[in-house]
Amino acid sequence: MSNLRSLTFDAIIIGGGGSGLRAALELAKSGKKTAVLSKVFPTRSHTVSAQGGITCAIASADPNDDWRWHMYDTVKGGDYIADQDAAEYMCSEGPKAVFELEHMGLPFSRFDNGRIYQRPFGGQSKNFGEGGQAARTCAAADRTGHALLHTLYQNNLKNNTTFLNEWYAVDLVKNANNDVVGCIAMCIETGEVVHVKSKATVLATGGAGRIYASTTNALINTGDGIGMALRAGFPMQDMEMWQFHPTGIYGAGTLVTEGCRGEGGYLINKDGERFMERYAPNAKDLAGRDVVARSMVMEILEGRGCGDKGDHVFLKLDHLGEEVLGKRLPGIVELSKTFAHVDPAKDPIPVVPTCHYMMGGVPTNVHGQAIMQDENGNDQIINGLFACGEAACVSVHGANRLGGNSLLDLVVFGRAAGIFIEGALNEGINYLDASESDIEFAMKRMSRWNESEGGESVPALKAELQDIMQNSFGVFREEKNMVEGVQKLAELRERVANAHLPDKSNAFNTARVEALELDNLMEVAEATAIAALERKESRGAHSRYDYPDRDDVNWLKHSLYFPATKELKKRDVNFKPKTVDTFEPKVRTY
Amino acid sequence: MSNLQVSVYRYNPETDSAPYMQEFQVDTKGRDLMVLDVLHLMKEQDSGLAYRRSCREGVCGSDGMNMNGKNGLACITPLSDVVKGGKLTLRPLPGLPVIRDMVVDMGMFYKQYERIQPYLQNETPAPAIERLQSPEDRDKLDGLYECILCACCSTSCPSFWWNPDKFVGPAGLLQSYRFLADSRDTATRERLSELEDPFSLFRCRGIMNCVAVCPKGLNPTRAIGKIREMLLADAT
Amino acid sequence: MVTNITSFGRSGLSDWLMQRVSAVVLALYAVFIVAYLLFNPDLDYYTWSGLFAQTWMRIFSLLAFISMAAHAWIGLWTVTTDYLKPTHLRVGAQTVIILAIFVFLVWGIQILWGA
Repeated sequence: MSNLRSLTFDAIIIGGGGSGLRAALELAKSGKKTAVLSKVFPTRSHTVSAQGGITCAIASADPNDDWRWHMYDTVKGGDYIADQDAAEYMCSEGPKAVFELEHMGLPFSRFDNGRIYQRPFGGQSKNFGEGGQAARTCAAADRTGHALLHTLYQNNLKNNTTFLNEWYAVDLVKNANNDVVGCIAMCIETGEVVHVKSKATVLATGGAGRIYASTTNALINTGDGIGMALRAGFPMQDMEMWQFHPTGIYGAGTLVTEGCRGEGGYLINKDGERFMERYAPNAKDLAGRDVVARSMVMEILEGRGCGDKGDHVFLKLDHLGEEVLGKRLPGIVELSKTFAHVDPAKDPIPVVPTCHYMMGGVPTNVHGQAIMQDENGNDQIINGLFACGEAACVSVHGANRLGGNSLLDLVVFGRAAGIFIEGALNEGINYLDASESDIEFAMKRMSRWNESEGGESVPALKAELQDIMQNSFGVFREEKNMVEGVQKLAELRERVANAHLPDKSNAFNTARVEALELDNLMEVAEATAIAALERKESRGAHSRYDYPDRDDVNWLKHSLYFPATKELKKRDVNFKPKTVDTFEPKVRTY
Repeated sequence: MSNLQVSVYRYNPETDSAPYMQEFQVDTKGRDLMVLDVLHLMKEQDSGLAYRRSCREGVCGSDGMNMNGKNGLACITPLSDVVKGGKLTLRPLPGLPVIRDMVVDMGMFYKQYERIQPYLQNETPAPAIERLQSPEDRDKLDGLYECILCACCSTSCPSFWWNPDKFVGPAGLLQSYRFLADSRDTATRERLSELEDPFSLFRCRGIMNCVAVCPKGLNPTRAIGKIREMLLADAT
Repeated sequence: MVTNITSFGRSGLSDWLMQRVSAVVLALYAVFIVAYLLFNPDLDYYTWSGLFAQTWMRIFSLLAFISMAAHAWIGLWTVTTDYLKPTHLRVGAQTVIILAIFVFLVWGIQILWGA
């Protein structure tokens, strides 16, 4: 394998979405030799689809707003397995990161006084849940993700970041000491495979919603970073925690922002009843997403769903009037016309809970350093490996992410990782080089596909995987179904290992990329399934019929999935914020 | 219209000496699919078919292509909008070099985008909070910042076809005006002087193909007109 | 900024403005001539040369000629830069065009102001 060309960087950032670009910007400014390696042109990353906004206590809508209230909401929203030191860091650093974005040119919507527009989102409160609904989500109409991603890309251009666009990272390269020293990557345009050497490898690869048949996620969200880390033998945290967004457009799966409900929209069942008043008397439609999604499924299961099959509910917006819709939710009007054939100014939008966000991921500290456990169950830093954004589990979202917190997570922890890596590079990093056999090991999977001579087709296997996940690991889960799901996945893994790549050509071979993605989906799906089966309680987004209650005695813990043994272990949640008192677990009601 | 006849531009540089059109029969099961869904069905028949796609909801700008003669995004173009006489012809975006099948080399397009310095420039020290902007000033950015860089406009513009190295093109000029119109940007004079030559901006002939094809309903021609007004006001 | 040395005013803005101003002049001139012909159905040589003997008409005509020259140069220069990609061919065509315009302009002046 010595014929592989190698590229050398101080830091390689895998993924060109919000967190990757934010980390890259920090490093580019510092003058470190950095590259962003992205399988799509950066502005095609899934961050672009974020709609509603970025939640942050910038005290615009309410001059008395306090980041500690935001932190309280975040911890409560995460059903108390969010790490409180991380939530503290995100909520207190947040305003700085948001103002930076504004200074970079992000076209936020504005209040009359010229400050950034903020709208109410689910799970937001004032005064630690005592002061009623807060409006804390900073928005650029309903295109905040688009505005944010383009702004970050633009500022990376300004700072001359190196981009390897339409390059695909295949696997991590580890040295003899188990340090991560780079990756194997393929230029999609030419098919050339190279060895990227780097002192810091950042996984900013986003989520993996495509393990489900119905998802709001882009087609590219295949958990590539998670797959790479799992294959390298590193553990994943809280993989059972998948958020189902209440309002995916029925049939199409495209997202309709929670901002619709923030602006005054609400959900109705077939009787026209605003049913959230029954499930969450105070917050109503702005309860946590897990709560709203479950309530919708209950309505449907109890026969109050809408449509011929009674399998969805409606989101009512017409009472907001065309002006508010045009000004605050123009993208939603467009999307519902295109995908639901409904003009929300006249008729309600058919919606259904749809897989949206992966709360789990690569466990990291607030600096983005990836973590594993030693034999005694103590945290251990993985040298050379970093993660940020949706691919990481810091964990600020715990068992359920609040709306608007993902964009904040991206910029705060992308920035934090960049700052930390810069410091570490200044102090000097020296890892052992990877040997020939280390590189060969990382090339194994790629070679397997390239040498495949027959077997099942990639799209068919992918569809099967997505159906298993959809049927056995959806909004509500129970033992028997999940055991079956885990078995089916184990069988599927064998078949994926023998699947066939018929097209071996080099130039822009998207079939090869999809084959490599399938391996990653497989890794993520299995980690999710096993973690979901083993967590015997209901918490946040993880709800089980057979264990309907939260079990703080046994499960006020992160789960940690180890790929080599397919075991699930536990990891302590951080309850020690530095500047505020611990938020003790309470019964979570809205 | 269960069986749709689709004619697709095929070219693989490794095996084909010249591009050709390939016919596919696609069973739509009578549904009004999006063109992107049809491409997925075709890729199931022939995994070698190459095209870009990502968000599949019209916000990432990956799948700009030429459908029955008109540029647009495959993911938000329903068959009922484009199919004529039961037939669909798909070609890559015109005017850019083809890498493979529907995938074009967008290098020249991105280069023109980078040329207009697509980032906010403001040398005054930033305040501790955000820079203030009135809702009226912010409204001026509507219809400009929403561009998704899909290149549907620039690759439907004859002036861009003839001079892709010199004419910024509708997408880049729309973004140029996005920053010229931003009350927070202070580089107006520098931005204008970069566009004053006979090619960068003035190669626009007002053909308005860009307006006709923009999948986001934006109007680059109007933005170009506004820049011209600014240049005129500045120089006369 | 794209550099250029063969365009009319070395500036897109000035070319653009000149193209529009010259178009207005040419339009006015054309309207005047057509109207003149319509209002003088029995036009003979003496009336026609009488018209062109007046100074204001000579100035107006010269203005139209110069406008025509500028308009033609800007327009044809654009056409050559759009469609003629080989440099030799393009510069050759531009030379022929500018010479022709020069000849026509001088010839026009001679007709107007000559004996």
